[in-house]
Amino acid sequence: MGVFTDLTLSDARDGLRKRDFSARELTEAHIAAVEAIRPLNAFIVETPEQALAAAASADVRLGRGEGLPLDGLPLAIKDLFCTKGVQTTAASRILKGFKPPYESTVTENLLNAGAVMLGKTNLDEFAMGSSNMTSAFGPVENPWRRAGDNRPLVPGGSSGGSAAAVAAYAALAATATDTGGSIRQPAGFCGIVGLKPTYGRCSRWGIVAFASSLDQAGPMTRTVRDSAIMLGVMAGHDPKDSTSAPLAVPDFEAALTGDIRGLRIGIPREYRVDGMPAEIEALWKQGIDWLEQAGAKAVEISLPMTKYALPTYYIIAPAEASSNLARYDGVRFGLRVPGATLDEMYENTRAEGFGEEVKRRVLIGTYVLSAGYYDAYYIKAQQVRTLIAKDFAKAFAEVDCILTPTAPSAAFAIGEKADDPLAMYLNDVFTVPVNLAGLPGISVPAGLSSDGLPLGLQVIGKAFDEETMFRVAGVVEQAAQFTHRAQGSRP
Amino acid sequence: MALDKATVARIATLARIKVPEADQERLAADLSTIVTWIEQLSEVDTTGVEPMTSVAEMTLFMREDKVTDGNRRDDILANATSPARGAFFTVPKVVE
Repeated sequence: MGVFTDLTLSDARDGLRKRDFSARELTEAHIAAVEAIRPLNAFIVETPEQALAAAASADVRLGRGEGLPLDGLPLAIKDLFCTKGVQTTAASRILKGFKPPYESTVTENLLNAGAVMLGKTNLDEFAMGSSNMTSAFGPVENPWRRAGDNRPLVPGGSSGGSAAAVAAYAALAATATDTGGSIRQPAGFCGIVGLKPTYGRCSRWGIVAFASSLDQAGPMTRTVRDSAIMLGVMAGHDPKDSTSAPLAVPDFEAALTGDIRGLRIGIPREYRVDGMPAEIEALWKQGIDWLEQAGAKAVEISLPMTKYALPTYYIIAPAEASSNLARYDGVRFGLRVPGATLDEMYENTRAEGFGEEVKRRVLIGTYVLSAGYYDAYYIKAQQVRTLIAKDFAKAFAEVDCILTPTAPSAAFAIGEKADDPLAMYLNDVFTVPVNLAGLPGISVPAGLSSDGLPLGLQVIGKAFDEETMFRVAGVVEQAAQFTHRAQGSRP
Repeated sequence: MALDKATVARIATLARIKVPEADQERLAADLSTIVTWIEQLSEVDTTGVEPMTSVAEMTLFMREDKVTDGNRRDDILANATSPARGAFFTVPKVVE
Protein backbone atom coordinates (compact mmCIF):
# COMPACT_ATOMS: atom_id res chain seq x y z
CA MET A 1 0.00 0.00 0.00
CA GLY A 2 2.95 2.37 0.42
CA VAL A 3 2.84 5.49 2.52
CA PHE A 4 -0.60 7.08 2.97
CA THR A 5 0.79 10.59 2.86
CA ASP A 6 2.37 9.96 -0.55
CA LEU A 7 -1.04 9.53 -2.19
CA THR A 8 -2.52 12.21 -4.37
CA LEU A 9 -5.93 13.50 -3.35
CA SER A 10 -7.57 11.66 -6.23
CA ASP A 11 -5.82 8.36 -5.44
CA ALA A 12 -6.75 8.69 -1.77
CA ARG A 13 -10.35 9.38 -2.77
CA ASP A 14 -10.47 6.31 -4.99
CA GLY A 15 -8.75 4.13 -2.37
CA LEU A 16 -11.24 5.17 0.30
CA ARG A 17 -14.18 4.40 -1.98
CA LYS A 18 -12.78 0.96 -2.69
CA ARG A 19 -12.21 0.54 1.07
CA ASP A 20 -8.52 -0.28 0.48
CA PHE A 21 -7.94 1.68 3.67
CA SER A 22 -10.03 3.70 6.09
CA ALA A 23 -10.40 7.44 6.52
CA ARG A 24 -9.12 6.89 10.05
CA GLU A 25 -5.86 5.33 8.82
CA LEU A 26 -5.42 8.06 6.25
CA THR A 27 -6.12 10.79 8.81
CA GLU A 28 -3.85 9.29 11.49
CA ALA A 29 -0.98 9.20 9.01
CA HIS A 30 -1.52 12.87 8.17
CA ILE A 31 -1.83 13.92 11.81
CA ALA A 32 1.56 12.28 12.42
CA ALA A 33 2.97 14.09 9.39
CA VAL A 34 1.66 17.43 10.64
CA GLU A 35 3.42 16.80 13.97
CA ALA A 36 6.61 15.77 12.20
CA ILE A 37 6.85 19.00 10.21
CA ARG A 38 6.38 21.30 13.22
CA PRO A 39 9.88 22.74 12.70
CA LEU A 40 8.58 24.31 9.45
CA ASN A 41 6.00 26.33 11.46
CA ALA A 42 3.42 25.70 8.76
CA PHE A 43 0.46 25.39 11.14
CA ILE A 44 -0.78 27.93 13.66
CA VAL A 45 -3.36 25.55 15.11
CA GLU A 46 -3.59 21.77 14.77
CA THR A 47 -7.01 20.13 15.14
CA PRO A 48 -6.28 16.39 15.42
CA GLU A 49 -9.32 15.53 17.55
CA GLN A 50 -11.70 17.26 15.18
CA ALA A 51 -9.95 15.50 12.29
CA LEU A 52 -10.37 12.05 13.84
CA ALA A 53 -14.04 12.72 14.56
CA ALA A 54 -14.61 13.80 10.96
CA ALA A 55 -12.74 10.72 9.72
CA ALA A 56 -14.94 8.47 11.86
CA SER A 57 -18.11 9.94 10.33
CA ALA A 58 -16.60 9.60 6.87
CA ASP A 59 -15.83 5.93 7.50
CA VAL A 60 -19.46 5.30 8.43
CA ARG A 61 -20.69 6.87 5.19
CA LEU A 62 -18.01 5.21 3.07
CA GLY A 63 -18.85 1.85 4.66
CA ARG A 64 -22.44 2.26 3.51
CA GLY A 65 -21.26 3.16 0.01
CA GLU A 66 -22.59 6.69 0.51
CA GLY A 67 -19.28 8.54 0.36
CA LEU A 68 -19.38 12.29 -0.27
CA PRO A 69 -17.13 13.92 -2.90
CA LEU A 70 -14.22 14.55 -0.47
CA ASP A 71 -15.16 12.08 2.22
CA GLY A 72 -12.33 11.33 4.62
CA LEU A 73 -9.68 13.42 2.81
CA PRO A 74 -7.38 15.36 5.18
CA LEU A 75 -6.85 19.02 4.23
CA ALA A 76 -5.08 22.03 5.69
CA ILE A 77 -7.00 25.31 5.92
CA LYS A 78 -5.33 28.70 5.58
CA ASP A 79 -5.87 30.67 8.77
CA LEU A 80 -7.69 33.36 6.83
CA PHE A 81 -10.86 31.23 6.56
CA CYS A 82 -13.18 31.56 9.53
CA THR A 83 -13.74 28.14 11.06
CA LYS A 84 -16.47 27.73 13.62
CA GLY A 85 -15.08 27.39 17.12
CA VAL A 86 -11.46 27.12 15.90
CA GLN A 87 -9.11 30.06 16.36
CA THR A 88 -8.83 32.22 13.23
CA THR A 89 -6.15 34.90 13.34
CA ALA A 90 -5.10 35.94 9.81
CA ALA A 91 -1.65 35.56 11.45
CA SER A 92 -2.22 38.85 13.23
CA ARG A 93 -1.75 39.64 16.87
CA ILE A 94 -4.94 41.69 16.69
CA LEU A 95 -7.01 38.51 16.23
CA LYS A 96 -5.16 36.20 18.61
CA GLY A 97 -7.70 33.99 20.36
CA PHE A 98 -10.59 34.91 18.03
CA LYS A 99 -12.93 31.96 17.60
CA PRO A 100 -15.50 32.64 14.89
CA PRO A 101 -19.06 31.65 15.74
CA TYR A 102 -19.59 30.79 12.07
CA GLU A 103 -17.96 28.89 9.21
CA SER A 104 -16.75 30.46 5.94
CA THR A 105 -18.71 29.33 2.89
CA VAL A 106 -15.67 27.73 1.23
CA THR A 107 -14.73 25.67 4.29
CA GLU A 108 -18.37 24.81 4.87
CA ASN A 109 -18.56 23.51 1.28
CA LEU A 110 -15.47 21.37 1.96
CA LEU A 111 -16.75 20.07 5.31
CA ASN A 112 -20.17 19.32 3.82
CA ALA A 113 -18.36 17.26 1.18
CA GLY A 114 -16.81 15.17 3.97
CA ALA A 115 -13.33 16.74 4.08
CA VAL A 116 -11.22 16.36 7.23
CA MET A 117 -9.58 19.53 8.60
CA LEU A 118 -6.08 18.94 9.98
CA GLY A 119 -5.53 22.48 11.22
CA LYS A 120 -5.06 26.12 10.29
CA THR A 121 -2.00 27.16 8.32
CA ASN A 122 0.33 30.09 8.79
CA LEU A 123 0.42 33.03 6.39
CA ASP A 124 1.66 36.58 6.01
CA GLU A 125 -0.27 38.84 8.37
CA PHE A 126 -3.66 39.57 6.78
CA ALA A 127 -2.25 37.89 3.65
CA MET A 128 0.01 40.91 3.04
CA GLY A 129 3.33 39.58 1.88
CA SER A 130 5.20 37.31 -0.49
CA SER A 131 7.46 35.49 1.95
CA ASN A 132 5.41 34.53 5.02
CA MET A 133 7.84 36.64 7.05
CA THR A 134 5.19 39.10 8.23
CA SER A 135 3.25 36.52 10.30
CA ALA A 136 2.81 37.37 13.98
CA PHE A 137 3.38 33.65 14.58
CA GLY A 138 6.84 33.64 12.99
CA PRO A 139 8.01 32.75 9.49
CA VAL A 140 7.31 29.44 7.74
CA GLU A 141 10.20 27.46 6.31
CA ASN A 142 10.09 26.07 2.81
CA PRO A 143 10.61 22.27 2.89
CA TRP A 144 13.03 22.76 -0.03
CA ARG A 145 16.71 23.69 0.36
CA ARG A 146 19.19 24.87 -2.24
CA ALA A 147 21.58 22.13 -3.28
CA GLY A 148 24.57 22.18 -0.94
CA ASP A 149 23.18 25.05 1.16
CA ASN A 150 21.29 24.44 4.35
CA ARG A 151 19.97 27.97 4.87
CA PRO A 152 16.19 27.98 5.42
CA LEU A 153 14.24 29.45 2.50
CA VAL A 154 10.87 31.20 2.43
CA PRO A 155 7.89 29.23 1.11
CA GLY A 156 6.58 32.37 -0.59
CA GLY A 157 3.44 34.08 0.51
CA SER A 158 1.01 34.85 1.62
CA SER A 159 -0.22 31.24 1.63
CA GLY A 160 3.18 29.96 2.79
CA GLY A 161 1.90 27.57 5.46
CA SER A 162 -0.56 25.93 3.07
CA ALA A 163 2.15 25.57 0.42
CA ALA A 164 4.69 24.12 2.87
CA ALA A 165 2.14 21.66 4.32
CA VAL A 166 1.23 20.30 0.89
CA ALA A 167 4.82 20.26 -0.41
CA ALA A 168 5.93 18.42 2.75
CA TYR A 169 3.21 15.76 2.28
CA ALA A 170 1.46 16.69 5.54
CA ALA A 171 -1.88 17.39 3.83
CA LEU A 172 -3.40 16.06 0.60
CA ALA A 173 -4.39 19.61 -0.32
CA ALA A 174 -4.94 22.99 1.30
CA THR A 175 -7.13 26.02 0.91
CA ALA A 176 -5.47 29.33 0.20
CA THR A 177 -6.32 32.82 -1.00
CA ASP A 178 -4.80 35.00 -3.69
CA THR A 179 -5.03 38.80 -3.84
CA GLY A 180 -1.93 39.46 -5.95
CA GLY A 181 -0.25 36.08 -6.25
CA SER A 182 -0.60 34.59 -2.77
CA ILE A 183 -1.53 31.14 -4.10
CA ARG A 184 0.49 30.93 -7.30
CA GLN A 185 3.82 32.37 -6.09
CA PRO A 186 4.12 30.07 -3.01
CA ALA A 187 3.00 27.13 -5.18
CA GLY A 188 5.86 28.01 -7.55
CA PHE A 189 8.35 28.33 -4.68
CA CYS A 190 7.31 24.98 -3.13
CA GLY A 191 6.96 22.88 -6.30
CA ILE A 192 3.20 22.32 -6.13
CA VAL A 193 0.07 23.33 -8.06
CA GLY A 194 -1.69 26.54 -7.01
CA LEU A 195 -4.87 27.88 -8.56
CA LYS A 196 -6.52 31.27 -8.34
CA PRO A 197 -10.00 30.99 -9.86
CA THR A 198 -11.89 33.70 -11.73
CA TYR A 199 -13.01 36.50 -9.43
CA GLY A 200 -16.49 35.48 -8.29
CA ARG A 201 -16.01 31.72 -8.72
CA CYS A 202 -15.67 31.11 -4.97
CA SER A 203 -17.55 32.89 -2.23
CA ARG A 204 -15.52 35.30 -0.12
CA TRP A 205 -17.98 35.08 2.77
CA GLY A 206 -16.19 34.30 6.02
CA ILE A 207 -12.71 34.89 4.62
CA VAL A 208 -10.87 37.63 6.48
CA ALA A 209 -10.96 40.46 3.92
CA PHE A 210 -7.79 42.08 2.59
CA ALA A 211 -8.73 43.73 -0.73
CA SER A 212 -12.28 42.78 -1.61
CA SER A 213 -12.13 43.49 -5.35
CA LEU A 214 -9.07 41.22 -5.73
CA ASP A 215 -9.34 38.45 -3.10
CA GLN A 216 -10.21 34.95 -4.32
CA ALA A 217 -9.98 31.58 -2.60
CA GLY A 218 -8.41 28.62 -4.37
CA PRO A 219 -6.72 25.27 -3.74
CA MET A 220 -3.08 24.21 -3.35
CA THR A 221 -2.46 20.62 -4.39
CA ARG A 222 0.25 18.33 -5.74
CA THR A 223 -1.47 17.63 -9.07
CA VAL A 224 -3.65 19.47 -11.56
CA ARG A 225 -6.36 16.81 -11.20
CA ASP A 226 -6.44 17.37 -7.44
CA SER A 227 -6.78 21.10 -8.08
CA ALA A 228 -9.79 20.47 -10.32
CA ILE A 229 -11.40 18.22 -7.69
CA MET A 230 -10.88 20.78 -4.93
CA LEU A 231 -12.18 23.72 -6.97
CA GLY A 232 -15.31 21.78 -7.88
CA VAL A 233 -16.21 21.59 -4.20
CA MET A 234 -14.99 25.04 -3.10
CA ALA A 235 -16.73 26.98 -5.90
CA GLY A 236 -20.33 27.96 -6.33
CA HIS A 237 -22.78 30.78 -5.95
CA ASP A 238 -23.40 32.01 -2.42
CA PRO A 239 -26.25 34.38 -1.58
CA LYS A 240 -24.06 35.71 1.26
CA ASP A 241 -21.48 37.14 -1.19
CA SER A 242 -23.01 39.49 -3.72
CA THR A 243 -19.87 39.23 -5.89
CA SER A 244 -20.06 35.45 -6.16
CA ALA A 245 -21.17 34.51 -9.65
CA PRO A 246 -24.60 32.93 -10.07
CA LEU A 247 -23.19 30.28 -12.40
CA ALA A 248 -23.30 26.50 -12.30
CA VAL A 249 -20.00 24.82 -11.36
CA PRO A 250 -18.68 22.75 -14.28
CA ASP A 251 -17.13 19.30 -13.86
CA PHE A 252 -13.53 20.55 -13.84
CA GLU A 253 -12.04 17.07 -13.56
CA ALA A 254 -13.76 16.09 -16.80
CA ALA A 255 -12.00 18.99 -18.54
CA LEU A 256 -8.63 17.20 -18.18
CA THR A 257 -8.75 15.48 -21.52
CA GLY A 258 -5.10 16.07 -22.39
CA ASP A 259 -6.22 17.28 -25.82
CA ILE A 260 -5.08 20.81 -26.59
CA ARG A 261 -4.81 20.42 -30.35
CA GLY A 262 -5.67 23.65 -32.10
CA LEU A 263 -5.64 25.81 -28.98
CA ARG A 264 -3.91 29.17 -29.28
CA ILE A 265 -1.54 30.03 -26.45
CA GLY A 266 -0.61 33.68 -25.92
CA ILE A 267 2.98 34.52 -25.02
CA PRO A 268 3.10 38.08 -23.69
CA ARG A 269 6.10 39.99 -24.97
CA GLU A 270 6.14 42.33 -21.96
CA TYR A 271 6.73 39.48 -19.49
CA ARG A 272 10.42 39.31 -20.45
CA VAL A 273 11.38 41.57 -17.56
CA ASP A 274 14.81 42.99 -16.84
CA GLY A 275 16.91 40.90 -14.53
CA MET A 276 14.88 37.73 -14.93
CA PRO A 277 17.26 34.76 -14.65
CA ALA A 278 18.07 33.05 -17.96
CA GLU A 279 16.94 29.71 -16.55
CA ILE A 280 13.42 31.03 -16.02
CA GLU A 281 13.36 32.36 -19.56
CA ALA A 282 14.57 28.93 -20.73
CA LEU A 283 11.89 27.12 -18.74
CA TRP A 284 9.26 29.37 -20.27
CA LYS A 285 10.58 28.51 -23.75
CA GLN A 286 10.46 24.85 -22.78
CA GLY A 287 6.83 25.24 -21.74
CA ILE A 288 5.97 26.78 -25.11
CA ASP A 289 7.66 23.82 -26.85
CA TRP A 290 5.70 21.32 -24.75
CA LEU A 291 2.40 22.92 -25.69
CA GLU A 292 3.34 23.13 -29.37
CA GLN A 293 4.37 19.47 -29.37
CA ALA A 294 0.92 18.68 -28.00
CA GLY A 295 -0.69 20.44 -30.94
CA ALA A 296 -1.30 23.96 -29.63
CA LYS A 297 -0.11 27.05 -31.41
CA ALA A 298 1.95 29.71 -29.61
CA VAL A 299 1.07 33.28 -30.53
CA GLU A 300 3.00 36.33 -29.42
CA ILE A 301 0.69 38.83 -27.75
CA SER A 302 1.15 42.26 -26.25
CA LEU A 303 -0.05 43.38 -22.82
CA PRO A 304 1.36 46.93 -22.93
CA MET A 305 0.09 47.98 -19.48
CA THR A 306 2.03 45.19 -17.70
CA LYS A 307 4.64 47.51 -16.18
CA TYR A 308 1.90 49.55 -14.49
CA ALA A 309 0.18 46.58 -12.86
CA LEU A 310 2.28 46.56 -9.68
CA PRO A 311 1.95 50.29 -8.91
CA THR A 312 -1.78 50.06 -9.68
CA TYR A 313 -2.07 47.12 -7.31
CA TYR A 314 -0.16 48.97 -4.58
CA ILE A 315 -2.74 51.74 -4.67
CA ILE A 316 -5.90 49.65 -4.96
CA ALA A 317 -5.02 46.85 -2.54
CA PRO A 318 -3.87 49.12 0.34
CA ALA A 319 -6.85 51.44 -0.23
CA GLU A 320 -9.27 48.56 0.14
CA ALA A 321 -7.27 47.15 3.04
CA SER A 322 -7.33 50.43 4.93
CA SER A 323 -11.11 50.33 4.71
CA ASN A 324 -11.51 46.61 5.44
CA LEU A 325 -9.16 46.71 8.42
CA ALA A 326 -11.03 49.58 10.04
CA ARG A 327 -13.13 46.94 11.80
CA TYR A 328 -10.20 45.98 14.07
CA ASP A 329 -10.80 48.60 16.71
CA GLY A 330 -10.65 46.63 19.95
CA VAL A 331 -14.36 47.04 20.61
CA ARG A 332 -16.09 43.81 19.67
CA PHE A 333 -13.42 41.11 19.29
CA GLY A 334 -9.70 40.58 19.22
CA LEU A 335 -7.06 42.56 21.01
CA ARG A 336 -7.91 45.62 23.12
CA VAL A 337 -5.23 47.91 24.46
CA PRO A 338 -6.67 50.40 26.95
CA GLY A 339 -6.54 54.16 26.40
CA ALA A 340 -7.82 57.18 28.27
CA THR A 341 -10.31 58.00 25.52
CA LEU A 342 -12.08 55.96 22.88
CA ASP A 343 -9.78 57.29 20.13
CA GLU A 344 -6.72 56.51 22.20
CA MET A 345 -7.99 52.98 22.73
CA TYR A 346 -8.37 52.55 18.96
CA GLU A 347 -4.91 53.97 18.30
CA ASN A 348 -3.18 51.91 20.95
CA THR A 349 -4.97 48.72 19.95
CA ARG A 350 -4.08 49.11 16.28
CA ALA A 351 -0.49 50.18 16.99
CA GLU A 352 0.10 47.08 19.08
CA GLY A 353 -2.10 44.68 17.11
CA PHE A 354 -0.82 45.29 13.59
CA GLY A 355 2.66 44.41 12.36
CA GLU A 356 4.94 46.70 10.34
CA GLU A 357 3.85 45.69 6.83
CA VAL A 358 0.16 45.90 7.69
CA LYS A 359 0.63 49.35 9.21
CA ARG A 360 2.58 50.45 6.16
CA ARG A 361 -0.22 49.34 3.84
CA VAL A 362 -3.03 50.79 5.94
CA LEU A 363 -1.19 54.12 6.03
CA ILE A 364 -0.57 54.09 2.26
CA GLY A 365 -4.22 53.20 1.71
CA THR A 366 -5.36 55.98 4.00
CA TYR A 367 -3.09 58.42 2.18
CA VAL A 368 -4.28 57.57 -1.35
CA LEU A 369 -7.91 57.83 -0.23
CA SER A 370 -7.48 61.07 1.71
CA ALA A 371 -8.92 64.40 0.61
CA GLY A 372 -6.83 65.99 -2.12
CA TYR A 373 -5.13 62.74 -3.18
CA TYR A 374 -8.11 60.54 -4.00
CA ASP A 375 -8.32 61.54 -7.68
CA ALA A 376 -4.58 61.64 -8.29
CA TYR A 377 -3.95 58.16 -6.86
CA TYR A 378 -7.04 56.09 -6.31
CA ILE A 379 -9.16 57.11 -9.31
CA LYS A 380 -6.06 57.09 -11.49
CA ALA A 381 -5.30 53.50 -10.40
CA GLN A 382 -8.86 52.42 -11.11
CA GLN A 383 -8.56 53.90 -14.61
CA VAL A 384 -5.29 52.09 -15.26
CA ARG A 385 -6.94 48.93 -13.96
CA THR A 386 -9.55 49.32 -16.69
CA LEU A 387 -6.75 49.55 -19.25
CA ILE A 388 -5.03 46.45 -17.84
CA ALA A 389 -8.27 44.48 -18.11
CA LYS A 390 -8.70 45.76 -21.68
CA ASP A 391 -5.22 44.49 -22.57
CA PHE A 392 -6.27 41.00 -21.53
CA ALA A 393 -9.67 41.24 -23.24
CA LYS A 394 -7.94 42.17 -26.48
CA ALA A 395 -5.45 39.32 -26.15
CA PHE A 396 -8.18 36.81 -25.36
CA ALA A 397 -9.96 37.73 -28.57
CA GLU A 398 -7.06 35.96 -30.28
CA VAL A 399 -5.93 33.27 -27.85
CA ASP A 400 -7.44 30.64 -25.54
CA CYS A 401 -4.87 30.76 -22.74
CA ILE A 402 -1.71 32.65 -21.83
CA LEU A 403 1.54 31.04 -20.65
CA THR A 404 4.02 32.91 -18.41
CA PRO A 405 6.52 32.15 -15.68
CA THR A 406 4.91 32.21 -12.21
CA ALA A 407 7.54 34.38 -10.52
CA PRO A 408 10.76 36.09 -11.60
CA SER A 409 12.88 34.04 -9.17
CA ALA A 410 13.00 30.82 -7.18
CA ALA A 411 12.53 30.82 -3.39
CA PHE A 412 14.90 33.13 -1.50
CA ALA A 413 16.39 32.81 1.97
CA ILE A 414 14.47 33.86 5.08
CA GLY A 415 15.53 37.43 5.84
CA GLU A 416 16.49 38.35 2.26
CA LYS A 417 14.59 41.32 0.78
CA ALA A 418 13.10 41.96 4.22
CA ASP A 419 14.33 45.56 4.38
CA ASP A 420 13.16 46.57 0.94
CA PRO A 421 9.39 46.50 0.45
CA LEU A 422 9.71 47.33 -3.25
CA ALA A 423 12.03 44.37 -3.95
CA MET A 424 9.51 42.17 -2.15
CA TYR A 425 6.60 43.54 -4.18
CA LEU A 426 8.38 42.57 -7.44
CA ASN A 427 7.80 38.89 -6.65
CA ASP A 428 4.27 39.33 -7.88
CA VAL A 429 5.02 40.99 -11.22
CA PHE A 430 3.53 38.10 -13.25
CA THR A 431 0.63 37.29 -10.94
CA VAL A 432 -0.78 40.70 -9.97
CA PRO A 433 -2.12 41.61 -13.45
CA VAL A 434 -4.30 38.48 -13.35
CA ASN A 435 -5.98 39.62 -10.12
CA LEU A 436 -6.48 43.13 -11.46
CA ALA A 437 -8.26 41.67 -14.50
CA GLY A 438 -10.23 39.13 -12.38
CA LEU A 439 -8.98 36.17 -14.45
CA PRO A 440 -8.13 32.60 -13.41
CA GLY A 441 -4.47 31.57 -13.20
CA ILE A 442 -2.74 28.35 -12.21
CA SER A 443 0.89 27.67 -11.35
CA VAL A 444 2.27 24.25 -12.29
CA PRO A 445 5.71 23.02 -11.18
CA ALA A 446 7.73 22.71 -14.38
CA GLY A 447 11.41 22.37 -13.55
CA LEU A 448 14.28 23.03 -11.17
CA SER A 449 16.66 25.98 -10.96
CA SER A 450 20.40 25.35 -11.24
CA ASP A 451 20.58 25.24 -7.45
CA GLY A 452 17.85 22.65 -7.21
CA LEU A 453 14.75 24.72 -6.41
CA PRO A 454 11.34 24.35 -8.04
CA LEU A 455 10.18 26.79 -10.71
CA GLY A 456 6.60 27.19 -11.89
CA LEU A 457 4.83 28.12 -15.08
CA GLN A 458 1.56 30.01 -14.97
CA VAL A 459 -1.39 29.35 -17.27
CA ILE A 460 -3.89 32.22 -17.41
CA GLY A 461 -7.41 31.54 -18.66
CA LYS A 462 -10.43 33.54 -19.80
CA ALA A 463 -12.90 34.61 -17.13
CA PHE A 464 -15.00 31.60 -16.04
CA ASP A 465 -13.14 29.32 -18.41
CA GLU A 466 -11.10 27.41 -15.85
CA GLU A 467 -11.78 24.29 -17.90
CA THR A 468 -9.53 25.26 -20.82
CA MET A 469 -6.95 26.52 -18.35
CA PHE A 470 -6.99 23.16 -16.51
CA ARG A 471 -6.68 21.32 -19.81
CA VAL A 472 -3.55 23.29 -20.76
CA ALA A 473 -2.13 23.04 -17.22
CA GLY A 474 -2.62 19.27 -17.36
CA VAL A 475 -0.52 19.10 -20.52
CA VAL A 476 2.25 21.19 -18.92
CA GLU A 477 2.20 18.86 -15.92
CA GLN A 478 2.29 15.76 -18.09
CA ALA A 479 5.20 17.07 -20.15
CA ALA A 480 7.19 18.37 -17.17
CA GLN A 481 7.01 15.08 -15.23
CA PHE A 482 7.96 16.98 -12.10
CA THR A 483 8.65 14.17 -9.64
CA HIS A 484 11.24 15.93 -7.50
CA ARG A 485 10.54 16.13 -3.80
CA ALA A 486 11.58 18.60 -1.18
CA GLN A 487 14.40 17.35 1.01
CA GLY A 488 12.29 18.21 4.04
CA SER A 489 9.27 16.25 2.86
CA ARG A 490 10.31 13.00 4.53
CA PRO A 491 10.79 14.16 8.08
CA MET B 1 5.97 63.15 -3.78
CA ALA B 2 7.89 62.91 -0.54
CA LEU B 3 5.80 62.61 2.59
CA ASP B 4 6.95 64.67 5.55
CA LYS B 5 6.59 63.93 9.25
CA ALA B 6 3.48 66.07 9.54
CA THR B 7 1.74 64.14 6.76
CA VAL B 8 2.62 60.84 8.40
CA ALA B 9 1.22 62.11 11.68
CA ARG B 10 -1.97 63.23 9.93
CA ILE B 11 -2.63 59.94 8.10
CA ALA B 12 -1.76 57.96 11.23
CA THR B 13 -4.47 59.88 13.04
CA LEU B 14 -6.92 59.24 10.19
CA ALA B 15 -6.04 55.54 10.28
CA ARG B 16 -6.25 55.49 14.10
CA ILE B 17 -2.79 53.98 14.48
CA LYS B 18 -0.54 55.47 17.13
CA VAL B 19 2.83 56.30 15.59
CA PRO B 20 5.32 57.59 18.18
CA GLU B 21 7.09 60.76 17.07
CA ALA B 22 10.40 58.93 17.11
CA ASP B 23 9.15 56.60 14.34
CA GLN B 24 7.63 59.26 12.10
CA GLU B 25 10.85 60.18 10.30
CA ARG B 26 11.66 56.57 9.35
CA LEU B 27 8.08 55.89 8.30
CA ALA B 28 8.00 59.07 6.21
CA ALA B 29 11.08 57.85 4.31
CA ASP B 30 9.57 54.35 3.86
CA LEU B 31 6.23 55.60 2.62
CA SER B 32 7.86 58.23 0.37
CA THR B 33 9.75 55.49 -1.47
CA ILE B 34 6.50 53.64 -2.15
CA VAL B 35 4.51 56.74 -3.08
CA THR B 36 7.24 57.93 -5.46
CA TRP B 37 7.22 54.51 -7.08
CA ILE B 38 3.44 54.38 -7.56
CA GLU B 39 3.54 57.85 -9.10
CA GLN B 40 4.82 56.34 -12.35
CA LEU B 41 1.13 55.89 -13.14
CA SER B 42 1.04 59.57 -14.03
CA GLU B 43 2.78 58.63 -17.33
CA VAL B 44 -0.33 56.76 -18.44
CA ASP B 45 -2.85 58.71 -20.49
CA THR B 46 -6.20 57.92 -18.90
CA THR B 47 -8.24 60.66 -20.56
CA GLY B 48 -11.79 59.44 -20.92
CA VAL B 49 -11.08 56.04 -19.30
CA GLU B 50 -13.75 54.81 -16.90
CA PRO B 51 -12.40 53.92 -13.47
CA MET B 52 -13.01 50.24 -12.80
CA THR B 53 -15.36 49.74 -9.88
CA SER B 54 -16.07 46.05 -10.41
CA VAL B 55 -13.97 43.49 -12.23
CA ALA B 56 -16.87 41.09 -12.63
CA GLU B 57 -19.13 42.11 -15.47
CA MET B 58 -22.37 41.22 -13.82
CA THR B 59 -25.38 42.86 -12.27
CA LEU B 60 -25.80 42.42 -8.57
CA PHE B 61 -28.60 39.99 -7.89
CA MET B 62 -31.50 40.75 -5.58
CA ARG B 63 -32.22 38.51 -2.66
CA GLU B 64 -35.70 37.81 -1.43
CA ASP B 65 -36.55 40.41 1.20
CA LYS B 66 -36.86 38.23 4.25
CA VAL B 67 -35.01 37.55 7.49
CA THR B 68 -32.61 34.61 7.14
CA ASP B 69 -30.48 35.00 10.21
CA GLY B 70 -30.52 36.65 13.61
CA ASN B 71 -31.10 36.20 17.34
CA ARG B 72 -27.45 35.38 17.89
CA ARG B 73 -26.59 37.74 20.71
CA ASP B 74 -24.46 35.28 22.63
CA ASP B 75 -22.48 34.35 19.51
CA ILE B 76 -21.85 38.00 18.77
CA LEU B 77 -20.70 38.78 22.30
CA ALA B 78 -18.66 35.59 22.66
CA ASN B 79 -15.43 37.17 21.42
CA ALA B 80 -15.72 40.45 23.32
CA THR B 81 -12.41 41.10 25.05
CA SER B 82 -13.86 44.10 26.81
CA PRO B 83 -15.52 43.60 30.14
CA ALA B 84 -18.92 43.01 28.51
CA ARG B 85 -21.68 44.23 30.76
CA GLY B 86 -24.72 42.11 30.33
CA ALA B 87 -25.65 42.29 26.67
CA PHE B 88 -23.38 45.19 25.73
CA PHE B 89 -19.87 45.87 24.49
CA THR B 90 -18.17 48.44 26.64
CA VAL B 91 -15.79 51.25 25.66
CA PRO B 92 -14.12 54.09 27.56
CA LYS B 93 -16.54 56.84 28.55
CA VAL B 94 -17.32 59.07 25.54
CA VAL B 95 -19.80 61.52 27.11
CA GLU B 96 -18.66 64.02 29.71
